[in-house]
Amino acid sequence: MNTSAPRKNLRLTTNTIMTTLTAACAFFAVSILVLILGYIAWRGIAAINLRFLIDTPKPVGEGGGIGNAITGTLLLLLIASAIGMPFGIATGIYLAEFGEGGFASLVRFVADTMTGVPSIVVGVFVYTLIVLPMKQFSTLSGGLALALIMIPIVTRTTEEMIHLVPTSLREGALALGAPQWRVTMGVVLPAASSGIATGAMLAIARVSGETAPLLFTAFGSRFFNWYLDQPIASLTVQIYNYAISPYDEWHAQAWAATLVLMTLILVINITVRFFTRRKF
Amino acid sequence: MVNPQPTLPSPASGYGARGRVRNWRRAFVPTGNTGDALFRGLLFLFALLLLLIVATMMAAIAANSLPSIHKFGFAFLTGRAWNPVTGQFGALPFIYGTLVSSLIALLIAVPLSLGVAVFLVEQAPRSLARPIAFLVELLAAIPSVVYGLWGIFVLAPFLRVHVEPVLARWFGWLPLFQGPVTGIGLFTGGIILAIMIAPIISAVVRDVLAAVPVSQREAALALGATRWETTRVVLANAASGIAGAIILGLGRAIGETMAVTMVIGNRPQISASLFEPSYTIASVIANEFTEATDNLYLSALIEIGLILFLVTFIVNGAAKLLVWGVTRGTSGTARAT
Amino acid sequence: MSTPTTARRKLKLEPSLTGQTSQRAGAVIEKVSVRDLNFFYGNTQALHNVSLAIPERQVMALIGPSGCGKSTFLRTLNRMNDTIPGTRVLGQVWIDGQDIYAPEMDVVGLRRRVGMVFQKSNPFPKSIFDNVAYGLHINRLTKNKAELQERVEQALIDAALWPEVKDRLKASALGLSGGQQQRLCIARALAVQPEVVLMDEPASALDPMATQKIEELIVELKQQYTIVIVTHNMQQAARVSDQTAFFWLGKLIEVNSTEKVFTAPDEKLTEDYITGRFG
Repeated sequence: MNTSAPRKNLRLTTNTIMTTLTAACAFFAVSILVLILGYIAWRGIAAINLRFLIDTPKPVGEGGGIGNAITGTLLLLLIASAIGMPFGIATGIYLAEFGEGGFASLVRFVADTMTGVPSIVVGVFVYTLIVLPMKQFSTLSGGLALALIMIPIVTRTTEEMIHLVPTSLREGALALGAPQWRVTMGVVLPAASSGIATGAMLAIARVSGETAPLLFTAFGSRFFNWYLDQPIASLTVQIYNYAISPYDEWHAQAWAATLVLMTLILVINITVRFFTRRKF
Repeated sequence: MVNPQPTLPSPASGYGARGRVRNWRRAFVPTGNTGDALFRGLLFLFALLLLLIVATMMAAIAANSLPSIHKFGFAFLTGRAWNPVTGQFGALPFIYGTLVSSLIALLIAVPLSLGVAVFLVEQAPRSLARPIAFLVELLAAIPSVVYGLWGIFVLAPFLRVHVEPVLARWFGWLPLFQGPVTGIGLFTGGIILAIMIAPIISAVVRDVLAAVPVSQREAALALGATRWETTRVVLANAASGIAGAIILGLGRAIGETMAVTMVIGNRPQISASLFEPSYTIASVIANEFTEATDNLYLSALIEIGLILFLVTFIVNGAAKLLVWGVTRGTSGTARAT
Repeated sequence: MSTPTTARRKLKLEPSLTGQTSQRAGAVIEKVSVRDLNFFYGNTQALHNVSLAIPERQVMALIGPSGCGKSTFLRTLNRMNDTIPGTRVLGQVWIDGQDIYAPEMDVVGLRRRVGMVFQKSNPFPKSIFDNVAYGLHINRLTKNKAELQERVEQALIDAALWPEVKDRLKASALGLSGGQQQRLCIARALAVQPEVVLMDEPASALDPMATQKIEELIVELKQQYTIVIVTHNMQQAARVSDQTAFFWLGKLIEVNSTEKVFTAPDEKLTEDYITGRFG
């Protein structure tokens, strides 16, 4: 007893120290988030107003806004979704419904690995594929780059969501003499639709913050643009260009644009979690 | 219609042979339905296209790197000079900058994210764990360019005034912490990377820890282990998954572009001091791609992209295999019992 | 499996069909005929040389301890096991003289002819009406809306659910009680007018009142349908079935008229199981 008492004390002390340390880690991570978001809100609100949201950029000292960057980001997201969603969902269905065997495992592995490949590499690829032959930066190439980033994310969430649909539903439809494609399209997909929509929204939130793949595809523009073969502005590239500029006025505008971007991203994230409560 | 006395086939037809034919057919169209065959074929095309895209990506980037590969060969990786004007291109400074900033990031992010994950899975009550987990995941949702903006205007000045002088005073005898204190350089780049990859690592570690069977914890607790000792048992169980999570974080750090570009200083040099400006593989592509006018310059940048692609592909692949091994294996046995 | 058992069981097929059952049904017609059926999950064999004849318009109950293969056997009759990866079938299942495992078999058509009701009710997240109409719709079995309405109504009447739901056909099926949901699933299966109805412990998740309703329904339904029901409840098997087959460790031990199985079974194993000496 005499020898074990101090040892037991030591064990309990270690326990207390480590428990406190892990809690401190969590507290630290959350404080960083609060610091960043708080600072964005503080600097952003100071510089934001209606004119800023609808104007195009102007030279230093003359104000200007991010109207064309907002519409640009929306147009890029639209193109990316139009290409990436059907592609990703179709591949996800394939993996969920016919996902045994070597080929499907390979597709799954490549999709998973692609989500970790840097987005700038995707930009380089689209540059060599489209920008070089067209000899021009374009909306289309920017949208395609974002779509390529979106596809593996949508693929894997679609597969996961379809796996969550109870087998009993599937069997119920099969037992009525429904061919598999009707079971998948008519029963399984509708049952998984809210989950797939969640994944799709998160994918949109993710690519809406992408900058690197747009630098040499969509490039950027000082005007409103609606043509697929012309360069187009985006919130993220605008923020980058203003942030590395030497002017205080543009820095303030970068914070305001960031506030707009973060609002979009946070609203998507929070609504999605609120409605699905997946995982936690 | 109804056959009262079904004539059974003679044994000569052989079940084995029939079975084989049946399985061969079923492998393609399990239901023998034309609609199903079309449906499956269509979806298969999309899956195949995904593989083709990745293959094309590798091929296109490799093909466009060829001029640079022909000109410089292996020396591209060891060359220290990067001079577009004289047409000299060596990638070593970028490789160095990428590796060192990623290492700093891992040194900070690994303990931090392990702490967060252990707290969330093993210690916090559920009512607290849920909101905190959500907030930590939000950190991962902040775009790189926003981290960069915050890095330039908040983190870099803070480090310049409050952290770097202190490090220089106490550890100035190390070459790592010598030289002028600017707030822009490897040190700041590493820290911003750490903040960015910590939520990614902690999310994966959380999944991995959650996959360790409750029986392991109960076994340890029943032997009189303290909470922390129990946690160590759990961590040991999840070791390979945690390794996967760390490698995944490394992959992210290597490929992270915007935030690093904005705070690392973008000077192609190899310097022992962490306070000095540096340059990473991803940053040089982001910065110089649109300026690259002649073909060799562009090709050299694309070759750098090829290196980045291959390295991150391999790193991520390895990480996925490690994480899959843990989460799939345990969930499989859990379902079986 | 020991040879004597196999030999004896095969011999017994004949008397069980021509004996007791033919007295009440006149000429008995064999609807489903299973011959030397073996079933594998990967390398695990779940069914060993099962041979069995199921007479038309009767109820056959499959009993046995859990894991004995009775559900697996049931699912081979509409090839539901095809959906499970890594499974393999050897042997033959004939329905109306047609080998359903023949390569040219249309599995989708087969499943329309052989309906199934599952252990846990599985209504689709659609309205009550749409649930029953689903099979009619996908198989294009009705020519117009009036006919569709009529068939849905008839199926709900047959499943003894009509009075309870006739005023809320557009309501979600998920709002029904457990017993109602199961009868809805029966109505859904009946709507496509199958020839055989497979039931996999259809009442195991229901309370006694709901169970009684389902049992009455089964007795009613055999006027029109051939029914195969898996149950772990021996009283239930005795109440609803004409024939009873006893499975043990993936083997068919005995098949006989229900009365004989529950009063004087031929096999010692069956008797031990019926009297509760194991399982």
